[in-house]
Order: sequence, then C-alpha cells, then structure tokens
Amino acid sequence: MPAKTVTVQRPELNFWEKIYLPEIFRGLWITASKFWRNIFVHTAHRLGLMKSVEAAVTIQYPEEMRPTSPRLRTRHRLTQREDGSPRCVSCMMCETVCPAHCIYIVAGEHPDPNVEKAPKSFVLDLGKCVYCGFCVEACPEDAIRMDTQIHTIAAYSREEMILDMQELLNPSPGGMPQKTFYGKKS
Amino acid sequence: MLEQLAIKTALSVIMVAFVMSIAGLLTWVERKQSAVMQDRVGANRASIFGFRILGLFHPIADVIKMVMKEDFTPSGAQRFLFTLAPVVSVTFAIAAVAAIPFGPELQAFGRTISLQVAQLDIGLLYIFAMMSLGVYGVILAGISSNNNYAFLGGLRGASQMLSYEITLGVAILGAVMVYSTLDLQGMVMAQGKHLWGLIPMWGIIVQPVGALLFMTAALAETKRIPFDLPEGESEIVGYFVEYSGMKFGMFFMTDFIETILVAMIMTTVFFGGWQVPWLFADGIHWPWGGVVAMSHGVVVGLQVLSFVFKVVAFIWFFMIIRWTLPRFRYDQLMRLGWKYMFPVSLANIVITGLVLVLIG
Ligand code: SF4
Ligand code: SF4
Repeated sequence: MPAKTVTVQRPELNFWEKIYLPEIFRGLWITASKFWRNIFVHTAHRLGLMKSVEAAVTIQYPEEMRPTSPRLRTRHRLTQREDGSPRCVSCMMCETVCPAHCIYIVAGEHPDPNVEKAPKSFVLDLGKCVYCGFCVEACPEDAIRMDTQIHTIAAYSREEMILDMQELLNPSPGGMPQKTFYGKKS
Repeated sequence: MLEQLAIKTALSVIMVAFVMSIAGLLTWVERKQSAVMQDRVGANRASIFGFRILGLFHPIADVIKMVMKEDFTPSGAQRFLFTLAPVVSVTFAIAAVAAIPFGPELQAFGRTISLQVAQLDIGLLYIFAMMSLGVYGVILAGISSNNNYAFLGGLRGASQMLSYEITLGVAILGAVMVYSTLDLQGMVMAQGKHLWGLIPMWGIIVQPVGALLFMTAALAETKRIPFDLPEGESEIVGYFVEYSGMKFGMFFMTDFIETILVAMIMTTVFFGGWQVPWLFADGIHWPWGGVVAMSHGVVVGLQVLSFVFKVVAFIWFFMIIRWTLPRFRYDQLMRLGWKYMFPVSLANIVITGLVLVLIG
C-alpha cells in the first residue's frame, strides 16, 4: 500500500501580517497588558487586597509545597505494630522482587512464638531504588509503604542514601537523615 | 576657565552616575519585568539580615560574584586584544552619552549652564561615531578569543552592525533636515514649538517613519533580542563565550548602557528631549488660554524630570520588546536591513525633502 500523503496547507499571510508591524504591536500589547495587570495585582497583594486573584502562577518552593497526590510513590517507610516493632516478617518477598536489588534484609527470631521471623536489619539503598513500587505490592504484611510524601531526596554522599531500619520506621521530617555535612562526619 | 572645568566635571559626574546606576538597576529590572510579564515572581532570594526588598540585592550579589570569579584567559588567545575588547565596548558606550542634553540652559550663579556634558555642534555625528566604535569591542572579542564560536559571533556582529548602521544614519537624516541642526540641544529646542498651539512638534509627529526606522536600527545596535545574533545564546553563545568574571560583566553592562543610550537618543531626537508639552520658560501656557507662571528653577526641574521619565519609559518599552519578540534568523535580519529598512529610510528622506520644499 502506498504511503498516504497529507498536504498541509501553509497559512497565507495577508499584507498586514507580512509587514510584521501590526503583528509585533499586537504581541507587545498582549505582554504589556499582562505586565500592567500583574503589577496592579502584586501591588494590591502588598496592601493586603485582592488575595483571591493570582498574579503569579509560581510556587515559592521551600516555603510552599505543591500538594502531592496520595498515590504518588514517595520515600519508603516500614509500618509498625502496636508495640512499635516492625510489621515486617522477613519473608524476603520485597528483596526478591526488587528489580534494582536495593533491599538487604537480615532475618532473625521474633520473641513472640506466634510470629515466625522479624528483620534483624532492614537496609534500603535509595541510591539504587527506581521507585517502581514493586516492594509495596509484593509485601504480604503491608509492612512497607511508599506514602511518606517525602520527595526531597538528596545527600552529599552515596552512603547517606542508604537508609537503615531505624530511619525506615521513623522517617526524618526534613526528608533525608542529616548524617554528615559536606561529606564530613559531624 | 577653572570654573568651566568644575561645571563640566560636575555635569559629567551626574551623567555617569545616572547612567551607571540605571544600568546596574537594569539587571534587576530585566529579571523582575520579565517575571511579571510571564506570571512569575522573579529573583527574590538574595537577602541581607532576612530583608529581601523585592530582590533588590540581586544586582549587588551579581557584582560580588563577577568580581570574585576567576578571570580566565584561554590558551592561544591574544591576551592584549582579549583584555582590550570589553574595555572598548563599555568605554565608547558611556562616552556617547556625553552629547545628550538632559535639561535646558540653567541660569544660576550669574551664568548660563547648558545641562549637557559636551556641547558639540555635531552632537549627533559624535554619538554615531561612538556607537560604531563600540562595535570594535565585539569584533576584537571575536578575533582574540581563539574560539570558533566567538569568531562566528564577532563576524555576525560586524555584518549586523554594517547592515544597520546605514539605516541608523539615514533614518535620522529626516529629523536633521526638519530641525536643520546636528546639535542635540538645538534639536530639543526646536521641538518646543506647537502645532496650532496644541500638539507639541516632537520628532515623532513630524518624522513618524524615521522614528520607527531609527528605533528598529538602534535596537539592532544594542545587540539584544530580537537582534541578538552576535550573541545567539541558543546556538553559538557568542562573541563573549570565553569571557568570565568582570570582563564578561563589562560586556553585559555594555548592552544595558547601550539600551539607555538608545532610549536617550530616542527621547532627545523624537520625543522632545526635556520638553514638556505647553511648558515654556515662564510657565505653562494652556492651549485653551491661561498661564500658570513658574519660577526658572521649577521649570528646569520639571524639564529634567520629564527627560528622566521619558528615558525610563523607553527603557521599559525596550524591555517589553526584548521579552516579547523571538530572535530573527540571520537571513531575515539581512533582508529586513537591506531590502526593507534601507529603501524605506531613503524614501523617507526624499519625501521629507519634498514636503520641506513645498512648505517653504
Ligand atoms: S520501589 Fe522498586 S526499586 Fe525501590 S525498593 Fe521497592 S522494589 Fe526496589
Ligand atoms: S515483603 Fe514485606 S514482610 Fe516481606 S520482607 Fe519485605 S517488607 Fe518484610
């Protein structure tokens, strides 16, 4: 079958469009009126008026955060039982399913005979994680979740990207645990 | 003699201080104005003791950054020319401002002081000479950097200036014919007349086409968008690609100073300079009759203020243009310069001449 040819009609410019000037002034009119409108609203904001009208669409980032959807995959956390111990039973499902191989679990005995195992250590390397969420889906105990709404994940070294069980159970409010500063141990 | 020198020094200090402070402020204005036009907030993070005052500290932060940065000369660069280029650019841009009259003749301390640094009979030619010399900064930077992109930028700068300088000169000839003087102070004086005692006889009224052509060509001279081919951020970075630190800062300031300069020339030649409509040496004469008498000092003050106001308004307008229009392609620029603007400016001269002869 021969390829179908689509002929796109180029818009014909009329005389006034060809000599640019009216079009240039139209463009300048749009930007200039935007300018005066925004200046007016900014001034009104300073005086505490017209708060409902927006003059800028930007979000002033560290002070203002964009509301995130609850289903957004953000930093991991381990959920806890009533006594504060991790719900995780060290079944190794997440470690197995993780495509980035970034979960390292060492299983241990749980004091309660009804619970078979508990993690002795649970380490997650965020430097490798691809935020696929497979670990959350694989977990039979609802023990790992990605709902902290933390997405300011940045550190000065690779070591700092590795989260231990303590951090996973109680995520630091600032986003990342501040272990070191500029690569130096504080 | 000594007194003359003192007066001239004071005048030039005032002028340079005015131009440099506006140029410094323009880095802030550029950010803020573009932000407001584009529904953004603009630079507002630099703070001293927690005070931000609308980001006004950003120019200061810029200067500190420029001065502290390493001043790098690439290997293979011609060191002398490389250092000379930004100096040439900025010097001639500032020098051109000298011929601009920012006020009328001030009668004070028993003498008449023309508020103008250099009282030249050929003020306009002097300004053009300075503006053309400024181009050498661009070309020298392009040659001496030992960088092909810088070289391309220099080449583009040279050819762009060539194409627009002619239109620049020819477009303003109409105004020269109407006022029959090359002295800028004389030009402003000539614009004090009123048509039927109502409409001020400013250059824009008698030379609308010339004003438009001159403004376009002059904007091309400032090397800013939409005529920023020597720079061309998105393709070749331009003639100053190898510059860093304060040398880059000087090129940066040159663009702003030239913007101010063009605003001043537009004001002086086409928008009545320091003239205020209906304001004469003895006060305001309303066109419908009635006179508001004013003392000499008040009149001069008002006129200087009107000059400053017009210049600031033009700078605002140039900023709007810079943040609205996209860059011309190289061939479009050449076509616009040689095939449209140059013939139209020639026709403008012929028609102006005919009309002048017919009127008598
Ligand atoms: S989100 Fe994906 S990559 Fe990250 S830890 Fe879970 S399974 Fe591994
Ligand atoms: S899948 Fe759940 S219960 Fe199993 S090891 Fe991972 S976190 Fe623990």
